[in-house]
Amino acid sequence: MTIMTYRQALHDTLRAEMLRDERVFLMGEEIGVFEGSYKITAGLLKEFGDKRVRDTPIAEEGFAGAAIGAAMLGLRPVIEMMTINFSMLALDQIINHAAKIYGMFGGQARVPLVIRTPGGGGQQLGATHSQNIELFYAFVPGMKVVAPSTPADAKALLLAAIRDDDPVLFLENLGLYNTKGDVPDADAPAEIGRASVTRPGNDLTLIGYSRMAHVASEVAASLAASDGLDIEVVDLRSLRPLDRATLVESVKKTHAAVVLEDDWLTYGIGAEVAASISDGAFDYLDAPVRRVAMAEVPMPYAKPLETAALPSRDDVIGAIRQTLAAVGRRAPRPAAANGVAQ
Amino acid sequence: MPRLSDTMEEGAINTWHKHPGDTVAAGEVLVEIETDKAVMEYEAYQDGVLAEILVQEGENADIGAPIALLDDGSGGPAAPASPRAESTERTAAPPEPSAPAAAQIPAATVAGPSAPVPAAETVNGGSRQLASPLVRKLARENHLDLSHVTGSGPGGRIIRADINGLLATAPSAAAQSPSVSSVSSVPSVYSSASVPAAPAVAAVPAVTPGAAAEADETRGTRGVPMSQVRRVIARRLAASAREIPHFYVTAVADAQDLMDLRVALNDQLTPAGRAKVSVNDLLIRACALALREHPDVNVSYGGDSSGVLLVHDRINVGVAVAAESGLIVPVIRDADTKTVSQLGAEARKLVSLAAERKLTPAQTSGGTFTISNLGMYGVEHFTALINPPESAILAVGATTREPAVVGDTLAPRYRLRYTLSVDHRVIDGALAAKFLKTLTSLIEHPWMIVA
Repeated sequence: MTIMTYRQALHDTLRAEMLRDERVFLMGEEIGVFEGSYKITAGLLKEFGDKRVRDTPIAEEGFAGAAIGAAMLGLRPVIEMMTINFSMLALDQIINHAAKIYGMFGGQARVPLVIRTPGGGGQQLGATHSQNIELFYAFVPGMKVVAPSTPADAKALLLAAIRDDDPVLFLENLGLYNTKGDVPDADAPAEIGRASVTRPGNDLTLIGYSRMAHVASEVAASLAASDGLDIEVVDLRSLRPLDRATLVESVKKTHAAVVLEDDWLTYGIGAEVAASISDGAFDYLDAPVRRVAMAEVPMPYAKPLETAALPSRDDVIGAIRQTLAAVGRRAPRPAAANGVAQ
Repeated sequence: MPRLSDTMEEGAINTWHKHPGDTVAAGEVLVEIETDKAVMEYEAYQDGVLAEILVQEGENADIGAPIALLDDGSGGPAAPASPRAESTERTAAPPEPSAPAAAQIPAATVAGPSAPVPAAETVNGGSRQLASPLVRKLARENHLDLSHVTGSGPGGRIIRADINGLLATAPSAAAQSPSVSSVSSVPSVYSSASVPAAPAVAAVPAVTPGAAAEADETRGTRGVPMSQVRRVIARRLAASAREIPHFYVTAVADAQDLMDLRVALNDQLTPAGRAKVSVNDLLIRACALALREHPDVNVSYGGDSSGVLLVHDRINVGVAVAAESGLIVPVIRDADTKTVSQLGAEARKLVSLAAERKLTPAQTSGGTFTISNLGMYGVEHFTALINPPESAILAVGATTREPAVVGDTLAPRYRLRYTLSVDHRVIDGALAAKFLKTLTSLIEHPWMIVA
């Protein structure tokens, strides 16, 4: 077990996989000489040479297509889209080719491609560079979409993605790169499609992925300390396949759920999660499933507006309190442990 | 009538801040309600116009009973059949959430078996009764009749918390394990005891029915309406005495060192500009430490049908306070994690809030143990009634100098007597004795209290 950042876990895992399997190679904009916009690929060009670490032109569709071809012919490309926003330029390659080739052509070729890309706002990058559009990919059969929230999962899910024979969109998050955590030393890939109960509890199920899974854990810990609330946190980890069984099992126990997402509310990931809970745990719900998401606006550039648009901890706490109130836990906040009165 | 505290079963309207025809904005104070614990302001939860007041100042209403009607001020169709309880019956139907012109003040809780609503009655013309999916499933499985239940969820939805009482009496209720996650959600067997709702307090005492009405001249008797607080004390303590098999264990401690320690502490605290500590502050901490050593005492009986002992991981010590309005027990949460000075400061604040009747429900609920100290009145010792759903209460007498045998001689020493009242359903004599032994040892070696 080693404590390291999410960024370091990604870097070390990429390097380990390139050492382990010479078919693994990297492509993307600025990943070589510049060592990556977020320095995930630092030092790799020097170590592995430009045959395995390819700087590409600013041409997402081009290098995505090249990677798909390479994958079909037996290599295991890991490409970096500088942010998920730029992956829209490669939507046709990813959705119409990577996701469909195995199914459309009778299984003649698989596409073991990994598309690494960070989403997320909060960095004042403006409306076109701050989106959370992982939904576009999670929507498409033939794709897999994973979204680690911790350094340990960054490693375990990246190992799993590289070794998977299907195209995997690997969602990173700008706000998570500098977070730290324990990372197991063992070579232990995660199982794609498995959510994780990161904190067991009985009062309510709080569901998130990527940055919002991180927020969920923090809020649950803080409400446990301040209010004695016993909140269960589920980190989705994988958006496609979606681990409905774990969600349903949790809500059967807690009878209430709040879903957190950094994307927009309408038609968002949370809608699918809420529908899955309604489908699988209808008879166990004591209150409607509530969602917390970003404001339905193009992300503002101005810092105060950007902060207001993103889901905050207070938004999450408010949704939790409303949901608990709806199941009859109306008591006002108990006095804090230090005895401060209301 | 909203539920404003865990033990509240009915409330009295103290003051209406709005009058019929007044515009009301969400968040504005609508009414002051007197509960069993305090007078609390209740705010409107949505905009509208106060159409009608159903419960006048000074009158009582059960939880869930409409106390007023809000509408949109359009003067449109009158509120659906003014549900004012002309008889003592109450309407079983939840407010119709889609009716735009008349939103009732939200209802709160189970009508319970004591509300004699005819089973066949569907008050609002057969419209769908709102209940959460969980409630519907539990009702199916346990053959519950939800038509008698008033929902306390949003829009009058029946939620799990509303049917706890019904589930406890349902034949297959054993399958439902009670929530043990939070002290405050511990179901009080007392608050759910089906004590018939008392008739509304009459404005003129002389017409109060019942025993007082037999006011006879031979005794020169007159009836005086009891306050909400007094009535709750009466009901809860009668239930405690009736339902809890109490037994009592008394001990005496040599409190000389405790008194010396207190003097020594205060000699240091006072020049430092800090508040003095009292014997009671030291006793609160001593009890909290003894509870930590004997967690089996920090429990609640889960009820005859539950088969569950509720074990509390947090040690929340209530301190009985003789407020002007009557006995009230504010609770110091997590008393075992606080210093004597912190406990003293918190106790002082709670006592002064109690005197002003400003304690919040959170400050008077969630206790796991109570201390009642009548030492300041000079009583030698006494026994106290358990404050449900707790399982023990310590009654503390005065600390007095009296002759004591020290070695082979008699010497004047401070001595302190106290009696633990215990719920024999969950605590046996030996455990009570061990708890007292620990407590006595702490009092006689008081540095261990502050260690």
